Amino acid sequence: MAVAIILLLVAVGSVLFHIYSPWWWTPIATNWSYIDHTISITFWITGVVFFAVIAFMAYCVFRFHHKEGRQAHYNPENKKLEWWLSIGTAIGVAAMLAPGLFVWHQFVTVPADATEIEVMGQQWQWSFRLPGKDGRMGTTDVRYISPENPMGLNRDDPHGQDDVVIESGELHLPVGKPVKVLLRSVDVLHDFYVPEFRSKMDMVPGMVTYFWMTPIRTGTFDVLCAELCGAAHAQMRAKVIVQEESEYHTWLEQQKTFAELSGRAVTKATYRSGGK
Amino acid sequence: MVDVPYDATADIPLAEVPEVDLYHPRSWWTRYVFSQDAKVIAIQYSLTATGIGLVALVLSWLMRLQLGFPGTFSFIDANQYLQFITMHGMIMVIYLLTALFLGGFGNYLIPLMVGARDMVFPYVNMLSYWVYLLAVLVLASTFFVPGGPTGAGWTLYPPQAILSGTPGQDWGIILMLASLILFIIGFTMGGLNYVVTVLQARTRGMTLMRMPLTVWGIFTATIMALLAFPALFVASVMMLFDRLLGTSFFMPSLVEMGQQMKYGGGSPILFQHLFWFFGHPEVYIVALPAFGIVSDLISVHARKNIFGYRMMVWAIVAIGALSFVVWAHHMYVSGMHPKFGFFFATTTLIIAIPTAIKVYNWVLTLWRGDIHLTVPMLFALGFIITFVNGGLTGLFLGNVVVDVPLSDTMFVVAHFHMVMGVAPIMVVLGAIYHWYPKITGRMLNDVLGKFHFWVTFLGAYLIFFPMHYIGLLGVPRRYHDIGEAAFIPSSTHTLNAFISIMALIVGFAQMVFLFNLTWSYFKGRPSGGNPWRATSLEWQTPETPPGHGNWGKELPVVYRWAYDYSVPGAPQDFIPQNQPRATPVLQGAAP
Repeated sequence: MAVAIILLLVAVGSVLFHIYSPWWWTPIATNWSYIDHTISITFWITGVVFFAVIAFMAYCVFRFHHKEGRQAHYNPENKKLEWWLSIGTAIGVAAMLAPGLFVWHQFVTVPADATEIEVMGQQWQWSFRLPGKDGRMGTTDVRYISPENPMGLNRDDPHGQDDVVIESGELHLPVGKPVKVLLRSVDVLHDFYVPEFRSKMDMVPGMVTYFWMTPIRTGTFDVLCAELCGAAHAQMRAKVIVQEESEYHTWLEQQKTFAELSGRAVTKATYRSGGK
Repeated sequence: MVDVPYDATADIPLAEVPEVDLYHPRSWWTRYVFSQDAKVIAIQYSLTATGIGLVALVLSWLMRLQLGFPGTFSFIDANQYLQFITMHGMIMVIYLLTALFLGGFGNYLIPLMVGARDMVFPYVNMLSYWVYLLAVLVLASTFFVPGGPTGAGWTLYPPQAILSGTPGQDWGIILMLASLILFIIGFTMGGLNYVVTVLQARTRGMTLMRMPLTVWGIFTATIMALLAFPALFVASVMMLFDRLLGTSFFMPSLVEMGQQMKYGGGSPILFQHLFWFFGHPEVYIVALPAFGIVSDLISVHARKNIFGYRMMVWAIVAIGALSFVVWAHHMYVSGMHPKFGFFFATTTLIIAIPTAIKVYNWVLTLWRGDIHLTVPMLFALGFIITFVNGGLTGLFLGNVVVDVPLSDTMFVVAHFHMVMGVAPIMVVLGAIYHWYPKITGRMLNDVLGKFHFWVTFLGAYLIFFPMHYIGLLGVPRRYHDIGEAAFIPSSTHTLNAFISIMALIVGFAQMVFLFNLTWSYFKGRPSGGNPWRATSLEWQTPETPPGHGNWGKELPVVYRWAYDYSVPGAPQDFIPQNQPRATPVLQGAAP
């Protein structure tokens, strides 16, 4: 009796905790509310199954616990019942999988008008790059990386000259414009993670990964690293500032391009080699 | 089906292989230390696994102290925290759970349950344990080498695992990989034994479809492990080469702390594929023995045959097979080709169907049963709740797009602890209470057992259920200190402190259990040979604990399946598997 009540309380308590928990996802800041809806569907279906199974079990314990003279029923199997339960489960699974795959299709289909930007991870800081006036980013390679060229841009690529390079600062994005976030790492795995964006992806040295999103509200958001990257993993932070387009352009005007930054660097290098 | 499990009229088929003489120990050393008796090897495996498991328990306390009260304990820094999580995870998954279910329960139960005298290759079986012990010692030694154990996380993802930004880069990672290689060699020797013993050494009348589900679970899990561990083996060897010889299997060109490294051309994602090709089946290598054992616990203690035995067997086999085509669901945000997501989400969610069937059949076994709320039964009930909970949250993480926000958060930590930490350990504990009388001839203390159950079950639930919500909030895993972030309310710190206190309490309850194990060994109530009035063969041995060779002069002959409980018209509520069919013959009961 007591056991049955405790089992039932576990089920009821879990549901109540879910309803009244102050810990819930952060208000969304991108177009990925579809993901939140899919999670909600999953919560409903799994919640009903969880409660039903535990409540049934608690009832069995209450109703059929051992008493003097009780004999268990002899019932090896029930094909019909087993098939119905399997079919019911398959329907429930499909009801979660179908919207999941539908939204995943959207997730992996980048709209043609998305602006490409780049985030680069390294132990333990973030750098950002925005395409310049030509709207295209120049090529990069790990082998070009030096103190003067921390993101490893190709100096000979004309598309890279007007790229805006932001080393360990803040990333600014205009609200309402789709962006394709290209992700790159120079040392170990990292993961560009902003909880409010819902979308995230690992950054893998040796390749470029990506995800896309459209910021839907302005604000300042914390960037965290979500893939273990060594001792200072938890301290690898930055901020993303989503702002109105006009403010964004004002900010963009003040940023230095790669050519401006590396112009000095080139002079320095020449000076050094000339001095020897 | 040709073979109806409880059809008592079928002829008794001959055993496939005739009896062979056993190796007989001649001294104390060969009887108790370098023993070739599977039962002694089982106990050696179990004690070693428990010993290293206690290290993992202490590590979990240290982690929880840091998470619950960040900054309070100056002796835990970020590096050590990463070393703790790595060692805790690796020990629990491989050196404790895998070793205990297969090396411990497998060795003890397979020969007894199928009516064999021993494993078919006793000498190799003995070697298996000693190589395992060596693997454990190499692993434990990393606590004492310069730089300490590796802090790469139990997944050991390169390039991080072998670069200097990660603690334990000097010796820790090398010894970890060496230890894994040793473990796999040791396991392979034991694993071949379990498979061949089940296939070749079953006694007369013990058809495959008469085997208890415990044997089915361990048997299937072992076959899976034999297929999955080689992937980890090659990955470990390749990473060792990358670290020691400067090869670049997993290492692309990279810059570490401003220095250009000599690596180039390798793929970090290749390692993840190899790791999870092992790692996902590994989840079921732990789960399937638990599924099997818990089926038997529920059946014995509810005095009822397991509901839908044949479906249960096929579900075990189906889960085992499917688990080899779902590995990349651990890699949805790894940067692999995004189209993979469609395939792996579909296969992953399909696994939910045979798994759900198992859950239904467990609770349907309780329906109209005669439920004895013994300690093993309580643990079985605790298993069902935690497994259902953890299995359902798996549907979140398996459904690719839902995984995107949740991956690498505390939600994942809560999920896998519930489903492959708490749930299998509930079964391990229930199984120890269940088979301890056979192993020692004495019962474990019931009052201490119930105390142990309630504190462990409710405590573990209170640790891991709320933890999902910290992850839903967005708190990442593997952070020694979540620090300040706008999206984390201060109440989260209170919840973390609560979880940490529960972790200390649950850990304390395990000390009570260890006391019970020791005390009952000397003072426990004598159990007799079959205290639970169970049908399967291990309870029908002539001696308890069973002697060398298990069965005395004559091997048992099996006439029926392992689930003849509460058969109408029978004089008692159970009929042992080796009882001839002279007593009631069921007319027309076959489906």
